[in-house]
Amino acid sequence: MTEKISPQLIFEKSGAQKQAWLLPPSSVPVQSFTELTALNLLRKEVLNFPEVTESDVVRHYTNLSTRNHGVDSGFYPLGSCTMKYNPKFNEDLVKIPSFSEIHPLAPPEQSQGSLRIFKDLEQYLAEITGMDHMTLQPAAGAHGELTALLIIQAYFRDKGETNRTKILVPTSAHGTNPASAAMAGFEIITVTCNSNGLVDLEHLQNLVNQDVAALMLTNPNTLGSFEREITTIEKLVHSCGALLYYDGANLNAIMGLVRPGDMGFDLVHLNLHKTFATPHGSGGPGAGPVGVKSFLNQFLPVPVLTETEQLLSWNYDRPKSIGKISGFYGNFAVLLKALSYIKALGGPGLTQASRDAILNANYLRIRLQEYYEIAAPDTCMHEFVLKAKLPNHIRAIDVAKRLLDFGIHPPTIYFPLIVPEAMMIEPTETENRFTLDSFVARMIQIYTEAAESPEILSTAPQNTPVARVDETEAARSPRLRWSPVQD
Amino acid sequence: MNHPYLALNDDERREMLNKIGLNQIDELFTHIPEAVRLQRPLNLPESMTEMELKNYFHLQAGGNNVAGLSFLGAGAYHHYIPAVIEHLAGRSEFYTAYTPYQPELSQGALQAIFEYQTYISELFGLPVANASLYDGSTALAEAIIIAVRETKKQRVLIPAALNPFTERVIRTYTQNLGIQLVALPETDTAQIDPEKLTLELKAGTAAAVVIQSPNFFGILENLPLVIPIIKKYDAVPICSVHPLTLGLLESPGRQGAEIVVGEGQPLGIPLSYGGPYLGLMAVAERFMRKIPGRLVGETTDKNGKRAFVLTLQTREQHIRREKATSNICSNQALCALRAAIYCSLMGPQGLRDIARRMYNNAHYLFAKLREIGLEPMYNSPFFMEFAMKTPQPADYYLKKLLSKGILAGYDLSRAHPYMQNSLLICATEVFAREQLDAFAVEMRCVL
Repeated sequence: MTEKISPQLIFEKSGAQKQAWLLPPSSVPVQSFTELTALNLLRKEVLNFPEVTESDVVRHYTNLSTRNHGVDSGFYPLGSCTMKYNPKFNEDLVKIPSFSEIHPLAPPEQSQGSLRIFKDLEQYLAEITGMDHMTLQPAAGAHGELTALLIIQAYFRDKGETNRTKILVPTSAHGTNPASAAMAGFEIITVTCNSNGLVDLEHLQNLVNQDVAALMLTNPNTLGSFEREITTIEKLVHSCGALLYYDGANLNAIMGLVRPGDMGFDLVHLNLHKTFATPHGSGGPGAGPVGVKSFLNQFLPVPVLTETEQLLSWNYDRPKSIGKISGFYGNFAVLLKALSYIKALGGPGLTQASRDAILNANYLRIRLQEYYEIAAPDTCMHEFVLKAKLPNHIRAIDVAKRLLDFGIHPPTIYFPLIVPEAMMIEPTETENRFTLDSFVARMIQIYTEAAESPEILSTAPQNTPVARVDETEAARSPRLRWSPVQD
Repeated sequence: MNHPYLALNDDERREMLNKIGLNQIDELFTHIPEAVRLQRPLNLPESMTEMELKNYFHLQAGGNNVAGLSFLGAGAYHHYIPAVIEHLAGRSEFYTAYTPYQPELSQGALQAIFEYQTYISELFGLPVANASLYDGSTALAEAIIIAVRETKKQRVLIPAALNPFTERVIRTYTQNLGIQLVALPETDTAQIDPEKLTLELKAGTAAAVVIQSPNFFGILENLPLVIPIIKKYDAVPICSVHPLTLGLLESPGRQGAEIVVGEGQPLGIPLSYGGPYLGLMAVAERFMRKIPGRLVGETTDKNGKRAFVLTLQTREQHIRREKATSNICSNQALCALRAAIYCSLMGPQGLRDIARRMYNNAHYLFAKLREIGLEPMYNSPFFMEFAMKTPQPADYYLKKLLSKGILAGYDLSRAHPYMQNSLLICATEVFAREQLDAFAVEMRCVL
């Protein structure tokens, strides 16, 4: 059983003058810091950091880890987040000292190994997406979106079409789409969707005009449906001179089946921490590469790779570039893991991964549709959304909390916003039939409990380190750090 | 197909298809229009087994040559990483989890981030720290956006000695938001000149002033002098810092800065050719609801037991969409965990010792290099990094010393072409006296 006592914060375990780490002695003469004193720059009070031993630290964070659930702990069908298994070899790979200790500003002659990783990954991602050029600099998916939208701004500014101030975003889109467009200085226009989350073509037709810079589209969309009318959409958008942007959050459904570039998309962003199996790290780091068609190449962030006579190096001489989007070149260690994943699977393996992801999702969808209403009842791609509306006022939140009792991380809930009591289920290709069947059995059990003993659901979870957490209290009187004087 | 990363084999695939009433997997793809489907296999290299991958990548790693002694900093720093960090951050319950949306099953990550927020808040001297941003450069960009939104003014003053990579990032971020970045004039001291600053602030149109200390040339800004001037003209003082200098130096927040950001890579995160790193940010109370990114708050569960949860989410993109304070979703949580473990290991004494050692090492090396005839570019107080004039272009010495296994620093002409003969040299806590002496000896040989 999990620990029932509130664990202390590391700050509350402090004992005077303990040290968990020591510097070696040094014969370098000690400075007097008179310069710092004269400028009044010295710290006046001792930092209120804990004083603990090495074993205290190890036990503290090991205990915390036991109060957390990862993909390695159990099923994690968190829709849209693609919680697939993270291969262990890749974790070791990034610790090879020549990769982990190389400084980003080391001369190119000293860093050809790293530069080759960038070159290869750019090439493979371009092939997988059907794009002409890639940048690996963005640190996450939303960062990639921002990069792509800045490229769109730069492109139209360069063409003198400064009237294009609007970005079209479907109602089924991730929240990052409109947020990124706003950060790039665009006005956001919402495109309505039908009940499958597919773009309302008539509405789109009314919206496309000379003011529109781009349509941002997730395909398959957040309900797991493929945009069948993608060629019509592509023609509509391009006919008014606007660009078509691919949100690659769901690229894991289509590898080797269909490519954004072949569907007519001009820009894409990818989430390597979803599609390419790099771990999510409790929220990051990820990586959000952006791919573009060749007419947008000159606007990519600096630096870009150039290769001359066996030497790869970074090129900053790109007058039309949007500039830098990260301090250096991107999350190199994440990129390295993604490259290793691609090499491990190869083309046929990646395609099989997508096919299995689709099979697993449809298997769950069909097995659950007898009990739960499916938002988009047709064949789905890698994920689907059900409406968790059960008898006795049992809602999605209750179903989610009950799943915690079974050691299952619940699906994404209350997203997409267009589906009431939404529960978005994405099993991924790395789950076997046994896991899927167990999940189905639990979901059926919950369905039965809703009718027969709803209090089990409304009081869930019971088996977790803490019971249902009061989010309202947290927001009403925010306590965002520990402080020595308690309220 | 059988592959270690795929959970199904062909038999299972067939059985599952049968179970859901299908014969062929292709029946699941009929809604993908034929016209756009890929009609050929992906053109990628053959798949590799783990043994093949290991050989392949070790060979690739050989293309990198990590110098035995490196005095290169300029925004990314070589610090010692205690073994504990790798072991604890390597717990897969942490690294294979998603953002802690379900608090009951994510107390471990939430508590660790809460502790991280406490460390950064304490270190920076401001009450509210967020759960991390991408890196120090994007953190500064976000800080500028906060100040502009809060003050409703568009003009932001930036120092001439700002890290040039960071400057490029903030220019990229702000280019379409109507924000005007104005660089303060260069000075002989490479510090912000209070008179010139006052001149720029007098009109009262500035939203914020950015101070980087130590700045790109390693020089400390006079915060007690500069910050009051900024506040006098109602601009937001934004400080960008190297977190480990704060073991010795006063927190910028206590000196009046209202937003403090920094590159968190020194806090237990490997150099890894530029990423993943860690964007640190703490803000004054009045910016609490304007801060970008995740925040973890303390609360209770329904039995009154202490618990932690993501909070104030109405600032964020998944709720507010285009009205969010930022578009950030994934952050650098695992790097924040590393930073929290690093701070726990160091404690107040460890951080003070490291800061002192950096300062001592850099000043010792500086004196040694002066003894052999090198002249500093500036005569201003520095911390652990300093710029020296070289008789020949800096690249000449870099190449000569590299052949001895020493990376002598950063050739400043790479960032500022007019700084032809100048080398930026950094000495962190990792060096012993003999290593600093060795650098000076080898340098003397090539002068």
